[in-house]
Amino acid sequence: MRVELNGETVELADGTTLAEAARAAGAPESARGIAVALDGEVVPRSEWESTPLADGAAVEVLAAIQGGAETWQLGDREWSSRLIAGTGGFRSLEQMQDALAAAGTEIVTVALRRIDPTAEGSVLDVIDRLGLFVLPNTAGCYTARDAVRTAKLAREAFQTDWVKLEVIGDDRTLFPDAVELVAAAELLVADGFTVLPYTNDDPILARRLEAVGCAAVMPLGSPIGSGAGIRNPYNIAIIAERAGVPVILDAGIGTASDAALAMELGCSAVLAASAIFGAAEPTAMARALRAAIEAGHLARAAGRIPQRTYAEPSTAYEGIPDLS
Amino acid sequence: MSDKSGFDAVFVGGGVIGLASAWRAAQRGARVCVLERAEPPAGATKVAAGMLAPVGELTFGERVLLELTLASGALWADFAAAVEAAGGEATGFRRCGALHVALDRDEAGELRRHHDLQRELGLEAEWLTPTRCRALEPGLVPNFVGGVLAGAEGSVDPRALARALAAALREAGGELRTGTEVFDGLWDGERLVGVRTAPSSVAPSSAAEPRVRSSPMGDKGRGVDVHADAVVLCNGAWSGQTAWLPDEARPPVRPVKGETVELRPRPGEGAPASRIVCSERVYMVPRPDGRLIVGATQEERGFDTVVTAGGVHELLREAYRVLPDVAEMEFAGTIAGLRPGTPDNLPIVGRGAVDGLVLATGHFRNGILLTPLTADTVAATLAGIEPPAVMAQADPLRSSLGRDRPSNDERTRADHAVGAPR
Repeated sequence: MRVELNGETVELADGTTLAEAARAAGAPESARGIAVALDGEVVPRSEWESTPLADGAAVEVLAAIQGGAETWQLGDREWSSRLIAGTGGFRSLEQMQDALAAAGTEIVTVALRRIDPTAEGSVLDVIDRLGLFVLPNTAGCYTARDAVRTAKLAREAFQTDWVKLEVIGDDRTLFPDAVELVAAAELLVADGFTVLPYTNDDPILARRLEAVGCAAVMPLGSPIGSGAGIRNPYNIAIIAERAGVPVILDAGIGTASDAALAMELGCSAVLAASAIFGAAEPTAMARALRAAIEAGHLARAAGRIPQRTYAEPSTAYEGIPDLS
Repeated sequence: MSDKSGFDAVFVGGGVIGLASAWRAAQRGARVCVLERAEPPAGATKVAAGMLAPVGELTFGERVLLELTLASGALWADFAAAVEAAGGEATGFRRCGALHVALDRDEAGELRRHHDLQRELGLEAEWLTPTRCRALEPGLVPNFVGGVLAGAEGSVDPRALARALAAALREAGGELRTGTEVFDGLWDGERLVGVRTAPSSVAPSSAAEPRVRSSPMGDKGRGVDVHADAVVLCNGAWSGQTAWLPDEARPPVRPVKGETVELRPRPGEGAPASRIVCSERVYMVPRPDGRLIVGATQEERGFDTVVTAGGVHELLREAYRVLPDVAEMEFAGTIAGLRPGTPDNLPIVGRGAVDGLVLATGHFRNGILLTPLTADTVAATLAGIEPPAVMAQADPLRSSLGRDRPSNDERTRADHAVGAPR
């Protein structure tokens, strides 16, 4: 039989299913963000195997880029959402649940030092209910030794070998201690952890962290909780340009434009905590950040025009008819 | 052994919520009995600083809570006077006012933002220059940016209040049984008609016990049945663990740890401030006898009540930044307690999901402040008359309490095996 596959007429065996046609069109088995339409109607993935094609059917296989449905890889997993959320600081569990749902986030960070993972009716219940991936962090650690120990405790407590590595230099700035950070990252990578380090906006340090085997680098935009945005966008752009692993903007997001800028600079994702829970309307801000991250990501891919000093008319002068 | 006499209401928990509710009910003529496994002051009452601060506690998105705290705050002066007159003991209640100071530009930005919210809602709060702040509180650090005076806020000594309430309860003919633990409910079909008690296994000094026992264990022979027309559950952070209630009747309350530090003045000196003084990270509540309570951390640590070095360090460092004189005070002690937190930060007060059950729990950060309103609500509910209308928002059966949550039995650690592929 003849079937129209993405606008081209192809010859397929009788009884071919929609799933087989989608594979023939290059749709990967597992990746999310793929939609298949049969004669103009989108068919749910669960029905692909059981939908036979008729002669003359029109099949379209679409990669759904819009709405952030295009996936990205972090560690050994694929993710749809590019917004990672912190869980500390929400005014109530109800507020946290609403905001995280509005954020559309898939990954949330949890501080082992501040959470008892066995406590019932608490933060983790909300995370469970929303089906989110828990990324434990080592907040509050000042030495590599302390951070490694905390990561191992988190591995036991949360049954995950992922860790957001934070080694803090002092409690006024909460800037990372670069020397301790690299030392801890090395030890944890050797121990089989998927290590996501919170780091300074230092391209050389970012490369060191990637070299020791970190699964991503998470540079700060400005101090944690400051809401001061991205203080050195040039460095973030350099880090993103040279990184072979995802770059996740970690700290300093204050509002939506900061998150959009991070994505335009080439980050793969953004982490937001106080920007959400500290807002007067956390749920609304979560929605705004989600939209900004999608917008920034699309703009990055769209290829912006270069900045110029002088005006450039949008209509060329040449060839304009002289009507005078 | 069975207590056949029977009560109109039995109260599970002898914190200020239970004591005040029982006292108010007794005043209306009810025969009441309060069961407390330790000795009052117990539970969060023992640890609370006793701020009566609807304005200072206000934050974004909590206007319903503000309605409750304002309503209860307005009752406080008469309530304190009535307790003191009934039992003859002081409560330490004072309408002392509260001063919130911003130590640097960052803190000033946040304080301004909250002050804008306070003014938008028509609350009594005034922005003051540093000079005016220091005229009110000369002990303040010289170098800061400004402050907000909430002049109508007050404070009470929760431990003194608990003792005064216990005395008032006795005067009104109510009974208080201490060292008595509740381990089961008494049922008449679907109706709760009392509780089964045993001598407490908890040492009176211990603030923490992770779980009300679900079986009488070796104490069965000594168990005492207390019959009552209504059972009022007012055991704070432990109410969510009440294993003898069916899942749908158990309130969704979790413990939220708080640590406080108590400082004592040197002989001949008073407290370093006459009002409640707060910064972004710490509050300090002066007592009439010159003591200063510094609080409080807020941690999701289950039933852990360990006082940590880091918690004490944080509190004292912040206290010293605001009121340098604290350095000269005597370090009298530290204590950690458990606030009863709820999913929406509102208390849970009113008739429960089974007949015979009344709830008065989940007061989170505002238990002392909400005591008069809660007590009136419980007493009215028990008497079958209309409770204060504002408290309808604390209805135990409201939807925001997330009744779809999994029961404790369904939960396993496998739920947290989040590293597994989905």
